Amino acid sequence: MHPIVKYVAQRILLGLVLLFAASIMIFAGTQILPGDVAQSILGQSATEQALANLRAELGLNEPLVTRYLDWLTAALHGDLGTALTNGQDIATSMGQRLGNTLFLAGWAALIAVPLAILLGLIAVRYAGKWPDKLISAVTLTTVSIPEFLLGYIVMFYFAVQWRLFPSVSTVYEGMPFLDKLNAIALPVMVLVMVVLGHMMRMTRAAILNVMQSAYIETAELKGLRPFTIIRKHAMPNAIAPIVNVVMLNLAYLVVGVVVVEVVFVYPGMGQYLVDHVAKRDVPVVQACGLVFAAVYIGLNMLADVIAILANPRLRHPK
Amino acid sequence: MRIPPSAAIGLIITITYFLAAILADWLAPYDYFEIVGEVWEPSSSQFLLGTDSIGRDLLSRMIYGGRITIFVATAATILAFVTGALLGFTAAVAGGWVDQVLSRMVDLIMSIPALIFALVVLSVMPVTMPVLILVMGLIESTRVFRLSRAVAADIVVMDYVEAARLRGEGSVYVIFREILPNSLSPLVAEAGLRFIFMVLFISTLSFLGLGVQPPLADWGGIVKENKEGIVYGIPAALYPAVAIATLAISVNLVADWILNRTSSLKGGRG
Repeated sequence: MHPIVKYVAQRILLGLVLLFAASIMIFAGTQILPGDVAQSILGQSATEQALANLRAELGLNEPLVTRYLDWLTAALHGDLGTALTNGQDIATSMGQRLGNTLFLAGWAALIAVPLAILLGLIAVRYAGKWPDKLISAVTLTTVSIPEFLLGYIVMFYFAVQWRLFPSVSTVYEGMPFLDKLNAIALPVMVLVMVVLGHMMRMTRAAILNVMQSAYIETAELKGLRPFTIIRKHAMPNAIAPIVNVVMLNLAYLVVGVVVVEVVFVYPGMGQYLVDHVAKRDVPVVQACGLVFAAVYIGLNMLADVIAILANPRLRHPK
Repeated sequence: MRIPPSAAIGLIITITYFLAAILADWLAPYDYFEIVGEVWEPSSSQFLLGTDSIGRDLLSRMIYGGRITIFVATAATILAFVTGALLGFTAAVAGGWVDQVLSRMVDLIMSIPALIFALVVLSVMPVTMPVLILVMGLIESTRVFRLSRAVAADIVVMDYVEAARLRGEGSVYVIFREILPNSLSPLVAEAGLRFIFMVLFISTLSFLGLGVQPPLADWGGIVKENKEGIVYGIPAALYPAVAIATLAISVNLVADWILNRTSSLKGGRG
């Protein structure tokens, strides 16, 4: 077997093992901990009888392993259970929201990734000069600012002072595409700012690292223009680290989305998770946690697989 | 020792925030819970930052809120460091299966985003300050574990550790007398970064309504209390958010400087 197939298969297998273990962690996190689910749903004043009924209804009297296996098999069949608070099927309510979240995160990625790579290239071209320093300073600032501050600053100016975009991102099914884009303009802007800094800094570091190689010096001595050197000689060799950076930041986007959705009251997964943590709706929290973990682990796995595929030493073994 | 201007500014702002937190009782012009004016009054000589969503003095809320934010973040950072560093050093010194088990556990916890994991756990735990500190501290201890294990792994192979072992010293001696003093500088720089992360973490949780519970409010909580004002053009929610950001940037500048200083002393790897 070609070694590259072996490496990729290994990495995918590891991802699946990790996801399986993460599902145990999420389940255990809500079940083994000293908090009593029934108690926290009904509150301190609940009667013994009510507690016992709820425990029976939730299947809390079954052994832990049985409950976990039941939950996992059901989840693998697409059945995530029903929400405690309103009795609705979780998978159905989640489908629409997951679509919304992916729509938001997708647009943010579509804008942030090319922009970050372009800025990274400019920073390398003018390394140590003022454009580089300016880009570095701005990105250092955006990295240190909490997402909700960025959100409210953007909302304060773009929605309230200048009235360019709506302050609340309402989207619904069958909404015209352009209206949808208009509605998510501000949250996308915030998400782009959140990941841009990190992605650009790491892109810059990856290319600078390559730029110190001997073949770049050769290209310089041949008299090639700086941008040609970067495009034709540095970029191909920097692709693997850059792709890695992009993937890690997309994974980070998954978390950033939670806060941004709450700021802009966007009907996505993050809002759904936060609402139900506050209501102590454990089945919904478990399901959301599982989906978030799956996306996060999946993106990290993809980053590793692409890094393997992009490595010429593995592609052309001796 | 010369302090670069960026680090000096960072240091001054950080110290100011810490002093304000410690001296809150003397500095705050009004009481924490006292309703002293109309809702969302603009800033005036009476209320320097105006009033909040129910008419409390915003500056006083900010000073007391900063105390909570800084206290929770500091406590969680200390917890993360004590657990993370101790386990990381143990893994490096013991090696073998102890190292394998601890490292794989940490890999697993880090495979779930910190905020998501915290939310999952907080959905079943009572949201009190000790629980918050515990959850945040333990989740973050995995990041400290990674670093301290890596640093300790470099030290364990040194001759002086070998010498101590040949003298018949036990693992506890090696960890506290050989590894700890030699790994202090990278750990101190890391502590700065972890502290920032904790500040952002607790602020985010409180902002989502799952951190410090009312009537107490940290900076994230004050943002939440006043966020409705934004739509009417009232910037009350922006002040605490700016406080969080400036504290984070200042500590970052100081940590950067410590990191640069220690790595240049030791030639590359700190």
